[in-house]
Parts: sequence; structure tokens; C-alpha cells
Amino acid sequence: MGILDGIPHVSAALSHRPWPRAVVTEAGWQAAIDRLVEGGLTLLGFWGEPTAVHMAMLDAGSAEIAVVSYECTAGTFPSVASRHPPALRLERTIHDLFGLAPTLADDLRPWLDHYAWGKSYPLSGRNTSRDARPYQFLPAEGEALHQVAVGPVHAGTIEPGHFRFTANGEHVVRLEQWLGYTHKGIESLMQGASLEAAAKLANRTSGDSAVAYAFGFARAVEAALQIEAPRRATLLRALMAELERLANHLGDIGAICNDASFALMHAQTGILRERCLRAANVAFGHRLMMDVIVPGGVTRDIAADGVSALRALLAELQKVFPRLIELYDNTASLQDRTVTTGIVKAEYARQFGAGGYVGRASGRDFDARRATAYPPYHALSFEVPVLQAGDVNARVWIRIREVEQSIVLIEQILDQLGPGELETALPARIGHGACEGMTLTEAFRGDVLVWLRLDGALRVERCHLRDASWFQWPLLETAIEGNIIADFPLCNKSFNCSYSGVDL
Amino acid sequence: MRKTLLESLTHGSLTEPAPAPDDSALAELATKVDRAAQARLGRSLAIRQVDAGSCNGCELEIHALSNAFYDIERFGLRFVASPRHADVLLVTGPVTKNMRQALERTYNATPDPKWVVAVGGCAIDGGIFKGSYASVGGVSAVVPVDLHINGCPPSPTDLLKGLLALLEHVGGKG
Ligand code: SF4
Repeated sequence: MGILDGIPHVSAALSHRPWPRAVVTEAGWQAAIDRLVEGGLTLLGFWGEPTAVHMAMLDAGSAEIAVVSYECTAGTFPSVASRHPPALRLERTIHDLFGLAPTLADDLRPWLDHYAWGKSYPLSGRNTSRDARPYQFLPAEGEALHQVAVGPVHAGTIEPGHFRFTANGEHVVRLEQWLGYTHKGIESLMQGASLEAAAKLANRTSGDSAVAYAFGFARAVEAALQIEAPRRATLLRALMAELERLANHLGDIGAICNDASFALMHAQTGILRERCLRAANVAFGHRLMMDVIVPGGVTRDIAADGVSALRALLAELQKVFPRLIELYDNTASLQDRTVTTGIVKAEYARQFGAGGYVGRASGRDFDARRATAYPPYHALSFEVPVLQAGDVNARVWIRIREVEQSIVLIEQILDQLGPGELETALPARIGHGACEGMTLTEAFRGDVLVWLRLDGALRVERCHLRDASWFQWPLLETAIEGNIIADFPLCNKSFNCSYSGVDL
Repeated sequence: MRKTLLESLTHGSLTEPAPAPDDSALAELATKVDRAAQARLGRSLAIRQVDAGSCNGCELEIHALSNAFYDIERFGLRFVASPRHADVLLVTGPVTKNMRQALERTYNATPDPKWVVAVGGCAIDGGIFKGSYASVGGVSAVVPVDLHINGCPPSPTDLLKGLLALLEHVGGKG
């Protein structure tokens, strides 16, 4: 049975690629929510337009993907979040940006809107105002409970966000996050932008995933235009994506250990991370490899000495990394902090469709590189590690195994990198009007969804970028419950959710 | 573990020689730092980093300053957890409207004499996010800026050059 077969719909958007998008009535919308609630489908994305809302869904069994759209003729849509909690922050965001109101919603508190923009519902195209009210945190009541408020400016060099802990002595009873501080209005800046400008914005959605976002954006454009990047370009894209994954995992493994007061590991992985960035700089001319991937292909070839720089990097990693793993594995004081700390229940990981190491450390066997087999991954061999424990230790081990897999992938890519074109020319304009594309790309922290619509002149009409963090942040709230406040930095680091990527 | 420790002691230093302070940064600073402040601070600076809405790319490179290659502490530059302990605010991002107040309050909480260093293209004038309804445009739209370090993101070497220029001036050499 196809994913849309059980969902009554009125029409299908013909220009939506590669997966179907169907317009549904209220009955279809409710049927889709039913399937999410039953667990038959996983919510992949939920975003708005001035007069419509869209939900992307995945059938985990068949790996089929589809989008359902609901026309908000009365400016409202039936609430998804009131029945399916993973939709909550996305639903509040849709309301903040577009003013579309979920009917029968339990929670309509603003999410991104801190009443500082000087206008309400900035992407709605309308001029309506909203009453400013102080933000209400959820209540936590009981004897001897106290609150600890942290942020938005944190003690370390990290992104801004607010955490409200309610604690009983040392133990956290509830953590509530409030984000939105880095909201820059990326999706509004994208509207009407040229592909070139929009690709740059996509690159800067979350700096640590610059390659993954550029990759996803480029592929979404290519899907919409029905073109394909040349093989050499796709190999170079994956090369950069794996380098980015390596650099981030190495940095994070050390940072997690550092939060467990084991600075030696941090110093050692810091060296390896820096070596990755330097090799990336030699090969692609930018340490974070920004602005290399564009719709159609890549803007530059790997430098003449890039391949040898990358081979030297791999040799160094193969020599040093196994010893660092041994060190992690043999340090009892470190394991004492990471084992059984910050457990994400497998059931929650499944319900929230948690991507990346957060999902895979809690038994969710999903990786966009394998599930959607986008080029060049369809022709590369790699394993997707999965563990069940769901604690900080499991998330560290998933990252360790992923470092090993990235090394294997980079080797394969370097071996396969034959001569070839770098770019497929884009059409100057599209004869038949708007077209839409969607992709799922595996960033280091999980799958990034990019959905866009291009107009006839190849300008972006609307683009939505969904970071894996949307479905990971809420799980961090559950993971910290019952732990002590002092373990929060450790748990938080093991997630390393993006702020900029969800604040947009 | 012992083996790893010993090896790291023997395989030579990774730390690089210091880059020369950035000339244009020196010129920008020459007009801003007075002698009294120089005498008071000597040759060390405590830095408080504030992300005022960046994409996090700049933060990644600021982090790199502490790795074994750049080892920023050898210059007397160190990152501190509170603005109350800081001489320098290192601010990134196209200050978002949602962060404006937090930046102002962090600035006000930093004791005088203090310097503000705006890091990255976004911090200068909003960069790629210029013109957004959600951003005020650049750090100097909210707090006075003493030094800009450009780049998207600036490399650790660029950051170090700028910070060394600041240190030169504060230390009384300029
Ligand atoms: S300057 Fe570049 S790297 Fe830094 S915050 Fe802005 S977009 Fe990100």
C-alpha cells in the first residue's frame, strides 16, 4: 500500500519531486495525523505558507515519503500537535510566522516570536497585530522545588538559548527550553532570492552543517528542475559531507569527555579536528567548505594537492583514533559519568523520529544516506551503527563508529574519483511555471529536510529548511529528568543540538 | 593512557609561531584605547564570547583558538565564563532582535575599561542576513565596537591577529 493510499486526498501537485505531494481536505489531514499517532508514519517536517500548511511523512517500513498539504481557507488548520507532540514546536512556529491558527491547540504560546521584531506574523503577507504577553513557562509544583534559570547567554562559547530547570535538591524534575534567540529570518530572506543567494543562506543555516545544508539545498533545486549533478561533483559533495561529519564528531567526542572532566581527550581530538579543517582548507579552499556546493554541481574542483592532504589525514586518523577509543573505553572515571546518564527512551526516539546519533543510540535505525540512497551514497558501501542503551555513552559510541565509517567512505571516494564535469548547466527559466523539490540529507547530527518551490525565473518562491534538532531538542528535556543538574552540560553536549538551525 | 600521555610529550610541539598583529586592526585601535587603560591591564585580557545570533560558524573557529595549534592562553588571552570577569566582549552574529537586550545587558555587566570586538561579516553589518526583519544589522548598532575582525568565518589565524593587535595596544606598546 502506498503511503497516500490510506489518506483521502483531492489532488496531487504534479510538479513536486521526487516524492508525491497531495492536497487533502480536513478528513485527509486527520487521517494523516491518525497514522502519525498510531506510529505507522513518522513526521519528517511541518511548515507553512501564507495560506497553507504542509506535512512531510515517512513510512519507516517501506522508506516511502510523501507530503500532505491543507489549504487554510479560514486561516486555520486542525492542530497536529494536540494529538502528536513532535509537531508542537513546528506548529507554534507556523503560527508565529504565518499567523495560521491550529484549531483546538493545547499550546499556542509563541516559540520564535519574542515580541521584538516590530511586527507580527512576518511571513504572512498581512498586517495583523498580536498581543504581547510575558512568556509563560509550564508549571511544576510541589514542596521544596526550586527553579534555576540559565541563559540565553551561557558560560561557554556556545549558542544562546534559555533553559528553565525545576529541581528538587540536585535532581531535575523538569527542564523546559525556550529558544528563538538566533532567529534571523532566513526563510523570509530566501523569498525571491536568486539560487546563488539562497544557496549562500542555506549554507549558513547552521555553521557546523554548512556542507550538509548546501548539499540538501542543491539537491532540492535539482529535484525540482529534474536535472542531475555530474558524477564527479556528487563524489566531491559526499567527500565534503564526510569531512564535515568527521570534524564535528571528533570535536564533540572530545567536548563530551571534557564536560566529564577528562581534558586529555579534548586536547587530542581537538588536534584531529584541526587537522580535518586544515585538510578541508587545502582541498576546497575554506575550512568549513562553505559555498562550494551549488545547484547543478560544485563551484570548484578539489585542489591539486587536496587528495594527498586527505590521504595524509586518513593515515593520521587511522593511527591515532583507535588509541583514543581505547583511552575512552579504559577510563573508568569517564564511563562513570557517561554510562546510564541522560537516557533517551527508544519509544520516544521512534515517536519523535529522532535523527542522527540521538536516534541511533536509542535503537532507531535510520540514516538518510541509506534510506533515500542519494548519489553518490547509492554506490558506496558503509554501515549504519545502531545501539539500544540511549545514554550519553551510547551516543559517544555511535559517533566513534561513524568516524570510522566516514574514514571508510572518504577512502572509497578518493579511490573512485575519476575525471569528469563539475557542473550541469541550469536552464535559464522554466517554461511551465513553478516547480517544487524536496530532499533529505544526512548532516552529522541527523537528517536535514529541504523543501522549496521555484518560480518560472528560477527564483526561490518559498524554501523551508528543517534541522534534525527540531525532533532532538524535546528529547533532551526528557533525557535530563531524574538526572542531576551537574550532568546537564554532559547530556547537552552529547546531543549538541543546533540553535541557529532551529531558530532560523 | 600513560602511553598516550608520554607520546604526546615526546612528539614535539604542534603550537605555531604567533602571527604578526593585524596592521589595519592596529590602526583602528590606535584611536580608541587610552593609556590609563593600558597601564591598568598589563598584558593579559579576559575574553567573554557572546553569540548574538550567529550561524555558529564563527564560534567553531573561536573554539579552535584554544586547541594545541593556536593555544591562545600563551599570549595571556583567556576565555572566561562571566562578563563580570571580562575585559573584552567577543561578539558574533547579525545581532538578532531577540538577542539585542541580552547583548546590552552583557555589555552593561562588563566592568570598565572594556573593549568590544565584532567577529565575522555578520557582526560588522548583518552580513548575509542584512535587511531581515529579525536582525538589527551589526554589533555597533547596539554597543560601541572597538575592533572588527572580518571573515565568514574569520580563520583562527585572523582572529589571533586581531586579538594580538588589541593586546599590543592595551599592553602599552602601541
Ligand atoms: S560571519 Fe559567516 S560564519 Fe560568522 S556567523 Fe556570520 S554567516 Fe556564520
